Amino acid sequence: MVGWAIALHGGAGDIPIDLPDERRIPRETALRHCLDLGVSALKSGEPPLDVAELVVRELENHPDFNAGKGSVLTTQGTVEMEASIMEGKTKRCGAVSGLTTVVNPISLARLVMEKTPHIYLAFDAAEAFARAHGVETVDSSHFITPENIARLKQAKEFNRVQLDYTAPTPPKELENCGDSQIGTVGCVAVDSAGNLASATSTGGYVNKMVGRIGDTPVIGAGTYANHLCAVSATGKGEEIIRGTVARDVAALMEYKGLSLTEAAAYVVDQSVPRGSCGLVAVSARGEVTMPFNTTGMFRACATEDGYSEMAIWPNN
Amino acid sequence: MGGWAIAVHGGAGIDPNLPAERQEEAKQLLTRCLNLGIVALRSNVSAIDVVELVIRELETDPLFNSGRGSALTEKGTVEMEASIMDGTKRRCGAVSGITTVKNPISLARLVMDKSPHSYLAFSGAEDFARKQGVEIVDNDYFVTDDNVGMLKLAKEANSILFDYRIPPMGCAGAAATDSPIQMNGLPISIYAPETVGCVVVDGEGRCAAGTSTGGLMNKMMGRIGDSPLIGAGTYASELCGVSCTGEGEAIIRATLARDVSAVMEYKGLNLQEAVDYVIKHRLDEGFAGLIAVSNKGEVVCGFNSNGMFRGCATEDGFMEVAIWE
Repeated sequence: MVGWAIALHGGAGDIPIDLPDERRIPRETALRHCLDLGVSALKSGEPPLDVAELVVRELENHPDFNAGKGSVLTTQGTVEMEASIMEGKTKRCGAVSGLTTVVNPISLARLVMEKTPHIYLAFDAAEAFARAHGVETVDSSHFITPENIARLKQAKEFNRVQLDYTAPTPPKELENCGDSQIGTVGCVAVDSAGNLASATSTGGYVNKMVGRIGDTPVIGAGTYANHLCAVSATGKGEEIIRGTVARDVAALMEYKGLSLTEAAAYVVDQSVPRGSCGLVAVSARGEVTMPFNTTGMFRACATEDGYSEMAIWPNN
Repeated sequence: MGGWAIAVHGGAGIDPNLPAERQEEAKQLLTRCLNLGIVALRSNVSAIDVVELVIRELETDPLFNSGRGSALTEKGTVEMEASIMDGTKRRCGAVSGITTVKNPISLARLVMDKSPHSYLAFSGAEDFARKQGVEIVDNDYFVTDDNVGMLKLAKEANSILFDYRIPPMGCAGAAATDSPIQMNGLPISIYAPETVGCVVVDGEGRCAAGTSTGGLMNKMMGRIGDSPLIGAGTYASELCGVSCTGEGEAIIRATLARDVSAVMEYKGLNLQEAVDYVIKHRLDEGFAGLIAVSNKGEVVCGFNSNGMFRGCATEDGFMEVAIWE
């Protein structure tokens, strides 16, 4: 008897163990809240696609994660959000990039999937598409938080792109803002009939070049789902693209017969450098796995047999 | 086996009624591009450099749907995208929404080599291009009369078709000789086979791949297809280099280029088996084609579409240019 399962993440990166309570507790509360929302929805028989979307919407609305409100800023101090969604059984998918006013990028990605013959729309045209469909938009300033203005300033001072991971010993001055390594948000879900879905959303990298696209909207990199599993990845986008991370978890299951846990562990160990990536994944059989090779990953999961977990750092 | 190998393509999904002289022009261009690549390979130019120089030639020639000669957006403008990948360390670069850069493949290469990122798009990519000093032209440069005519036909076809699987009736330009074959929702007589590509393995066994396109005729502005997506339209690893063309959405869903390498890596298939496998099993109802080389000097083309403009050559003297099965 297989049951439903759900996993979600709020980003993988160099999250310091001594993260202050005032930065840690709101995120833990949010992860639990989103998990509860997702679990209720699955228990009421909502399709995994709807569940993944609603959980990611909730994470986008929360200002402490790097997606929607709370997105990190480009080098020009603006917000450029991207997202993608994929349904396992049909492999239908949708993606968007370069959004500046759309309140919930993941829902726009879903609209692209359902209302156009295309998969991926970006920048001005994606914004125009949103308006044409009456999708909720707000002034760009809505997404910008004081923490992210500070992060951008810091990144510029150090004159480098602030990645989702840093060197093992970050300079003292960065320690206060260590939780800035908050790559992305995502959710994967499966129901007892084996319907699978994955959804991922992000603001990208602090101080990224305007127009930079990461792994999140690239099907096969940040998001993937087929009849075997659903995967959402987070971390250093450029490495996740090169490693075709989300697709590779499924490919290892399909082509090498690995289990979900083995496939996910393999990808995180072998396909990407240390300190660059984490992912959440569920299988058609109701299994769940959340491996990462970074210091930490904000994550939570639950399965129908009663198991649930919420954590930031490794479990040992 | 071993030695260098190269393949080029000019798109998949071709009108079976394509006039003989257009077929001849296409073959000549493919031959010329192959020869450019061969000369470079014989002078020990690396795979990634050969891929770039061959695709530049394909972009510059107005015949195929990339660079000059790109298919037009619904507004009659050109919006190009491209990606390139170096198999040795799996480095990659991609661009989308390019409107004034003469050679998008070279901009993709610059993203790979000169930026901290892998993928830049729209105004950000255009700004980067100017900072890098690449050749900039007006958008008009890319627009050809042929494509202005095709766009008009495509718009007429779309206004008649509600369900794109239904063949057009009484569509202007869709003469009695038109077959009911469709690609990406358009009758094949007015579909512009998307994309050009090149894959190379050099004398050192290094593989590289690149793809460039104007995209789908009459596309929505801002629509991104498979060509700039690493793993979909383009992929290269230590084992192989792959470039795909055809229905973009089908290629993305299938992660077609990545899957060729994945079945070699994870199932131990050889290049021919891998290409056959993905074309047969990964496209569902979609139509597409691809060219691929392996680090052993093999070259394979595969497609389930109605034809693919292609050419390939290997160091031992084999050379072939073809359009149909």
